[in-house]
Parts: sequence; C-alpha cells; structure tokens
Amino acid sequence: MSELKPAADWTSGTEAIGYQSCRACRAIQYFRRSFCAACGAPDPENKFASGEGTVYATSLVLRAGTPEARAHVPYNILLVDTAEGFRMMAHGANDLVIGDKVTARYQTFTGRLVPFFERTTP
Amino acid sequence: MSYITGVGLTPFGKHDGSSTLDLMSRAAELALADAGLKRADIDGFLCGYSTTMPHIMLATVFAEHFGITPSYAHAIQVGGATGMAMAMLAHQLVEGGVARHVLVVGGENRLTGQSRDVSIQALAQVGHPTYEVPLGPTIPAYYGLVASRYMHEYGVTQEDLAEFAVLMRAHALTHPGAQFHEPITVADVMASKAIATPLKLLDCCPVSDGGAAFVVSYEPTGDARIRVRGAAQAHTHQHVTAAPALSELGAEIAIARAKQATGIAISDVRYAAVYDSFTITLCMLLEDLGLAGRGEAAARVRAGHFGQHGAMPLNTHGGLLSYGHCGVGGAMAHLVETHLQMTGRAGNRQVADASLALLHGDGGVLSSHVSMFLEREQ
Repeated sequence: MSELKPAADWTSGTEAIGYQSCRACRAIQYFRRSFCAACGAPDPENKFASGEGTVYATSLVLRAGTPEARAHVPYNILLVDTAEGFRMMAHGANDLVIGDKVTARYQTFTGRLVPFFERTTP
Repeated sequence: MSYITGVGLTPFGKHDGSSTLDLMSRAAELALADAGLKRADIDGFLCGYSTTMPHIMLATVFAEHFGITPSYAHAIQVGGATGMAMAMLAHQLVEGGVARHVLVVGGENRLTGQSRDVSIQALAQVGHPTYEVPLGPTIPAYYGLVASRYMHEYGVTQEDLAEFAVLMRAHALTHPGAQFHEPITVADVMASKAIATPLKLLDCCPVSDGGAAFVVSYEPTGDARIRVRGAAQAHTHQHVTAAPALSELGAEIAIARAKQATGIAISDVRYAAVYDSFTITLCMLLEDLGLAGRGEAAARVRAGHFGQHGAMPLNTHGGLLSYGHCGVGGAMAHLVETHLQMTGRAGNRQVADASLALLHGDGGVLSSHVSMFLEREQ
C-alpha cells in the first residue's frame, strides 16, 4: 500500500471534489483512503467529480458551534448525491430543497475553501 | 442469566461545584444501596467517558476514588449508546462468569463544567475531521439533515416532531429530578428559536449535569427479579455522510437481532425506553423499532399511546428531551426509570404493567445501536 497523499481538492484548498474508484471491484468512495473499503484492494484510483448532483438532505444552521462559524449564519449544510454516485456534505444556497439538481461552486467559510452548491441552470 | 439488581439516578440540571467523579459516585452509591450490596461485592466495573474529564483510564480512576477493586474494569465509548452498550456487556460478563456483580456508572458535569461553546464543539467532533467538520455542522445540524430527509420521505411535519417534545415534557413534570418543570405546547415548540432546520430549541435535548448507575448481577439480591432477556447491536457507519438509506439504519437491524435472540415480539412489549436526543431521533427510532408504523408515531403520541396510561408508556421520566442529558448517564436514566416501573416503584408515574420492557440506545448520528429486552420474572 502506497503512502496516502492529501487529495488535490477542496479539502486542501483547491477548487475540485476528489473521490476514489477501486481498480479491483469498481466501488467508489468519497472519504480518501489508501485502500478500497469495500474489498480491501490497495491504491484506488483518484478521480475528480463533475460537480453535478442532487440534493439529498438540507439543514440551515442558525446556531453555530464556533465564533468563527457564527459570522456566517445562516448557512445551509447539504448532503448531495453526486452524479458519480457518492454522497458528500457541502454548503449550498439557502433556498435549496431536496431533489434539486445542483452544481458545485466554491466559497470561503471560516477561512477555508468549501464546496457551495447552487441550483443547476439549464 | 443476569438481573438488574439496583439502580441509582441523581436529579439532572445544574450541580454547581460537582465534578464528574462526584456525580458518578453519587449515582453509584444509590445503585449499590438499591441492590443491597457493599463495595466489596462489586467484582466488575464499567463506565463511560466524560467530556469534562477526559482520561485514558476513567474506570480505574473511578474505582480507586470510589473504593472498589474489581477483577474486571474498563471504560467504553459508544456515544449516546454507551449506557445500553454497557448494560449489554455487563449482562454478558455475568452470563460468562467473568463477574458476579457488575457496577455500571455514567456521570458528568457537562452543563456547569465547561462553556456551552466548548460542549457544542466537543460533540461536533463526531463529524468527519476532513469532510464534515470544516463545513461547520453541529450535532443538531447532523440530525437536522436526517430529519429533512425523513420528513421528505414519510410526510412527517414539524408539528409532528413537536409532539414528542411535548410528551417528554409532560412526563418530566411528574418527576422531581427532571431538568425542566414548565409545561410546553406544540405552539411553544414551533415558536422556539431555530437551531438547525427543521430542528428548533425545544426539539433538542438540553446539556445537563447528572449521574446514573445500575448493578447487573448473577442472581437477584432482593425480591425484585428483573432479568435481562437479551440484547443486540448494530453499527452501520460513523458519519452521516456515510449513513445508509433510511430504510437500512441500524435500529432495525439491532431490534431484529434482539428479537431473534430472545424470541420476544414487539407485541409482547409493555414499556418502552427509547433514546431521544432530538424529537426526530425519538420519532425515527419508534418507527424503526416497530413501536409505530412508518410516519405514524406522532399520531400515536396525539392518541395517548405513549403516555403513562397509554398502551405503550414511553420514557416516563421525561427522557433526554426533558429529564435531561448529561452524556453517558443521560440514556442510563432510561434504564433506571424502566427498572423503577418494572418493580412498581415509580410512584405517581407508575404505569399499569411494565412486565416486559424494550430499551434502545443510539450513538453518533444513528450510527451505533443497542436494543435490549428486560423482563420481570414471576
């Protein structure tokens, strides 16, 4: 198993959403690992998602947990089912509802880059 | 076989100046006295964790402090499911002959021992450090996400969820140890401050100081014969991002395993003790466990089904939502109340028949589940 490097995506400050695809069983996973959590095969392939998805769940936060986050309230936390088939947590426009087709943009939140989904424009 | 032979519970709320060890000791003393046992009788000890007193060996810290020298002892951590997981482990230790009397304790000065911000931040760390926590979610937001989806799929409304808060408050009004003593209405819940949609302040359990304890023994130590019939767990994920579909959550898996292990059916159950960190938690778990049809739990609350005099009395002490939530001890209060009901000692809260009880604990974001059946032997 090779050493796991950080993904070159939003988690390290780059405007992208990374995920992994198993070379053996083809399972995909969002949380980065040096192995496939489905079959255990090493070195899953690193890929980037299109940024397209569908809103699975939403919660608009009005009481934040930290002083830094409090400056951003209200902010909408989403679970998005991506076109590639994995689910991810992200921010999004406050008026999004479950089932909305969305596209990823990026914003700064408490000094860090985070994915911010908006309704997909046809 | 194993029996719950003693229980202890402090009032929940503010215990100014009390430490984790103080609250654990108080509850442990009560449980020992209730079981009619002495410190020297305790040969097994289990405890949870304390966010105000993090320690890599809390069990032996407490054992030394309290004055016991068990032959088996350690702490365990399963979030909100810790209390029920300890009950299950104590049962198995007794059944396996490892210990004869296992003392189980949880307690924490979670309300007065730290600032609310620190408490909220500590709990939010159950989120994924890379993929969730940087987005600023809170525990109510994790459950708010689940609630939004559950309401979407099953037509549950915010007014429906409010019913659970009202019910738990009505129960708490009858218990002098509860944190809250003011009656509330559905309108009050709806008008309470938004925290993380769709959850409002009164949809959320409070942060409390308190302690709870019980003793699991190889034989009854008095007249009461409250036997652990069996228990089962399920762990499907840690983070809400990785949770399975609503129809595949762990409560359904745990209860199916517990039913299979004991031969008990839901129709046999006379009293229910179900984890209720948020109104949505209680709503979902009741439906996952089969104590109400999908989307029907709120209607059953309105019909009085889960009240003291209903067909399935539920959390008659007021639950986490209104008795309070001091961490590990919070859900242990459900077991203490169940024992009082089963032994006919619940006073003005006493239900007609608590001969067979179902208890269920949940940790994380519906991540870890423990189901248990208790039965009063004739």
